[in-house]
Amino acid sequence: MATDTTATAAVDQGGNAKPPDRAGERPWWRGTNVVLGLVGALVGYAVGHWLGNWIASDYQQVQGMGQNDHALVLGYVFATVGWLAGIGALNYPIQKLFGYLPSTEEEGEHAGRPKLRAYFSYTLDHKVVGVQYLVAMLVYFFVAGLFAMAIRTELLSPTRHLLPPGKYLEVVGEHGTMMMMMMTSVIIGPFGNYLVPLMIGARRMAYPRLEALSFWLTPAAFVVLLSGIVVGGFPTGWTGYAPLSIEATEGQDAYLVAFGLMAISMIVGGFNLIATTVNYRAPGMTWTRLPLFVWGTLLTAMLMVLAAPVLVAGTYMSLMDRTAQTALFDVNHGGSSFLWENLFWFFGHPEVYILALPGFGIALEILPVFARKPAFGYRTAVAGMVGVGMLSFFVWQHHLFVSGMNPDMRPVVMLTTELISIPTGIIYLAAVGTLWRARLRLTVPVLFILGMLFNFLIGGISGVFLSDVPTDAVAHGSFFVMAHFHYTIMGGLIFTFFGGIYYWLPKMTGHQLDQRLGRIHFWTLFVFFNSTFLPLFAIGELGMPRRVFEYQQSLQTLNMWVSISAYLILLSMLVFVFNFVKSTLIDPRKEPVLNPWGSRGMEWMTSTPPTDYNFEHVPTVLSGPYDYGTGSGAMAVIGATAPTAGLSDQPQPTKEVT
Amino acid sequence: MAESPARPEGSQRAELTDRQHLGRIGLIWIVLSLIGMVLVYFVWGPHLPPGTDSKQATNQQFDNRVLATIAVPVFLFIWVYIGYVLANWRVKANTPVSELVDGPPIRGHMGFQATWLAVTTLTVLTLFVFGTAELVTGDGSGTGSGQSPIWTPAGYSADAAKSKLLVVQVIGQQWRWTFRYPQFGGIETAQMVIPAGQEVQFSVTSLDVIHSFWAVGLGVKADANPGVNNIAFGEALKNGSFDIRCAELCGLWHGAMFTTGRVVSRADFNTWITAESVTDVQLIPYLPPYADIYLPQADGGYYDPGQDPLPNPPGPTPNPSPSVIP
Repeated sequence: MATDTTATAAVDQGGNAKPPDRAGERPWWRGTNVVLGLVGALVGYAVGHWLGNWIASDYQQVQGMGQNDHALVLGYVFATVGWLAGIGALNYPIQKLFGYLPSTEEEGEHAGRPKLRAYFSYTLDHKVVGVQYLVAMLVYFFVAGLFAMAIRTELLSPTRHLLPPGKYLEVVGEHGTMMMMMMTSVIIGPFGNYLVPLMIGARRMAYPRLEALSFWLTPAAFVVLLSGIVVGGFPTGWTGYAPLSIEATEGQDAYLVAFGLMAISMIVGGFNLIATTVNYRAPGMTWTRLPLFVWGTLLTAMLMVLAAPVLVAGTYMSLMDRTAQTALFDVNHGGSSFLWENLFWFFGHPEVYILALPGFGIALEILPVFARKPAFGYRTAVAGMVGVGMLSFFVWQHHLFVSGMNPDMRPVVMLTTELISIPTGIIYLAAVGTLWRARLRLTVPVLFILGMLFNFLIGGISGVFLSDVPTDAVAHGSFFVMAHFHYTIMGGLIFTFFGGIYYWLPKMTGHQLDQRLGRIHFWTLFVFFNSTFLPLFAIGELGMPRRVFEYQQSLQTLNMWVSISAYLILLSMLVFVFNFVKSTLIDPRKEPVLNPWGSRGMEWMTSTPPTDYNFEHVPTVLSGPYDYGTGSGAMAVIGATAPTAGLSDQPQPTKEVT
Repeated sequence: MAESPARPEGSQRAELTDRQHLGRIGLIWIVLSLIGMVLVYFVWGPHLPPGTDSKQATNQQFDNRVLATIAVPVFLFIWVYIGYVLANWRVKANTPVSELVDGPPIRGHMGFQATWLAVTTLTVLTLFVFGTAELVTGDGSGTGSGQSPIWTPAGYSADAAKSKLLVVQVIGQQWRWTFRYPQFGGIETAQMVIPAGQEVQFSVTSLDVIHSFWAVGLGVKADANPGVNNIAFGEALKNGSFDIRCAELCGLWHGAMFTTGRVVSRADFNTWITAESVTDVQLIPYLPPYADIYLPQADGGYYDPGQDPLPNPPGPTPNPSPSVIP
């Protein structure tokens, strides 16, 4: 069980001496930073655009389209490279490549408490990356949420239109794509990066440069996706079905490049989390003591690493069809419209669990703390999460139930899909068992977790209607599907995300969010979320397909109800924003809170916010994270002389109550 | 459940054993579940979408009823349980950390976990068997089943000329539906009219991108893929009309890609198709010959008579084949 020693040896021997702050030696405009990144992006875009026009100028003239996908795609690619070069992501690999001693300038940001500038730099400290992710994800989430408001405004009336049909599809596509691609990292990014090393007793990440790269790709993907609006948007929604995506105008390139960039971000971020969790656990942090949240992030990272490459391949093939005139999705020249559907959903269904698993992890992590009880059926819960992750690769064809592809295999896909209920049920079993005879404190994080258990149940059971072919015949492609995945993703993932913010923000910043405002936030969100999405099941069953701007007159009342509830969700989110800003910036607590929830978790055993390299010494783990009421002492010892007791792979001998 | 030996001192309900707690939860759950299941199946069930206007819709409504009824106890177990926990096992949310008392250290319970696993597994397998049976006996239950479906009604043949069913080809194109009747000279109409009580074989295809043919009231849904003949079956039971929508995003006017289909008596259908055949006289020479799928011509058009000599007879076939519609 290797722990991080090499990188920090100098620090340790010097008795917590800090490495010199090399970044401070020269003025900001000489180093690599965000400003230079923006310049690099603009220069890169210009170069790529010129190159594309040069390569395909004849083609553009022949087709007379007045647009050139080659120029736009190469512009995006070069802009991304320029952005990464400017931000400093390429310094280290290029210096290594050419045999120079790499200047570990980024390392300088590691010294002491991170300065404000570190948050805008290519920083290797996982705690800085976590905060970067948190703020960025909130921005992405709210921007994508505003698109949803535009959608609901359009759907207020079946006949009167706020947006022209093309704009409406652009807005639908931007909302869906932004939510589905950026939110893959909504928990893995902030909490996975910030907390996993703290929870496993590591002093840093295994691949901090990959970690930083995974973050700095997200703003690039976000801006590329948004820029799609400037060039006319894309009409395909977030699923990007070919051949519609092939005949679409330039905005489709933004969708494809952005999704591809985000897939790369998932892959590199996932590798880092896997390597860290496998190799950087502190002595005594056995697999059966690993916090359930870390299990959740580990399995999510594995899904990312296995599923996202298929998305990269898919977006690449689609880009080739659009630029190099391949015919992979063109049925007239040997391609198939089913190919994209298969590639996309082979990624897309595991992606759903990339979204769900970290949420399960947070739920099972937070419940024992507030129930003051050990996690119920720890090993079963882990098996459940593993089962969900594995099965998720065998179910994607239920998205093609009515497509006419593989019709005779449908019973098999029906079976695999319904089998996922079993491991998902185990997650509920763990929650139910943990709450048995609990001494439950109904704090804001717990409210969000209970809300998630409520919502995800509706999401999961509505999923059974989609897995069963005869009922799917009604629900497929309708608002029922849309309500279903909003219940699982928004009701599940986003609720646990907020629960995680209320729970861990004191750790990350030292400031606890206002609990009264938190309660208002929860109850308004919970009520308005359900009042928004519950009627959508009915709307779908009654015959309203997804992504339409016109619908039956008879559905107007329900749609208006939904739209008004959706606006109220926005108000509820504003309560959160106000709370967040007030509690961290305007009116922060003077003294940082150390462990406001009385948790045993190892992340709470270091100072708040955690010191440089997390722990003064590598901790030695003596018992599990949820051993409440078992008489075990502290979970870990952080001292210069590590005790040898409790280092075996066996869990502490505590009584198994039967 | 677990006989927890050491009762924490602060416990207010220390007088109840695990078995008593479980009994109370079980009682509330069973009573509510029975009421809920009866209400869902018998009161709500007959009104569930997609109604009973066709054989397939009836089949799907039955599925919806059964699944909704099974869902009731699942929902209620979690909700009753969480409600019970909140009512009985709460302490003040703002209890200071120093005053926290741990709960009983229950790490697991083999019997409970095994029961849970057994119950969920059994439920899932039941759902699977039920769904498969409904799919097979319902001849694909109104869903698109590809170009060679194996669960078919009697009289089906992949060859439209030999099929004893009424074949209606549904052609999705940006952004409208057209319908061809191969057994009536391959005429193409903008409206779908089908007779009640007649099993219809929908052959769904597309000329451009992926659409999805959704005849809402009929309970028929089949994706229209370019170059693919996707067959679904539907039998309307009563005269009336039904909405036809596109259920797969197909571009700019996807939202406006809807029309209304009509279900009429056999006599009315014969009258209608004869009249359509007469009005189609002008159109027929310009249509490509009826085929399962249509691929674009080299110059980009589908309907170029110069490029594609027509084997179609120059006139319509005004007399419908009597073997199909008596």
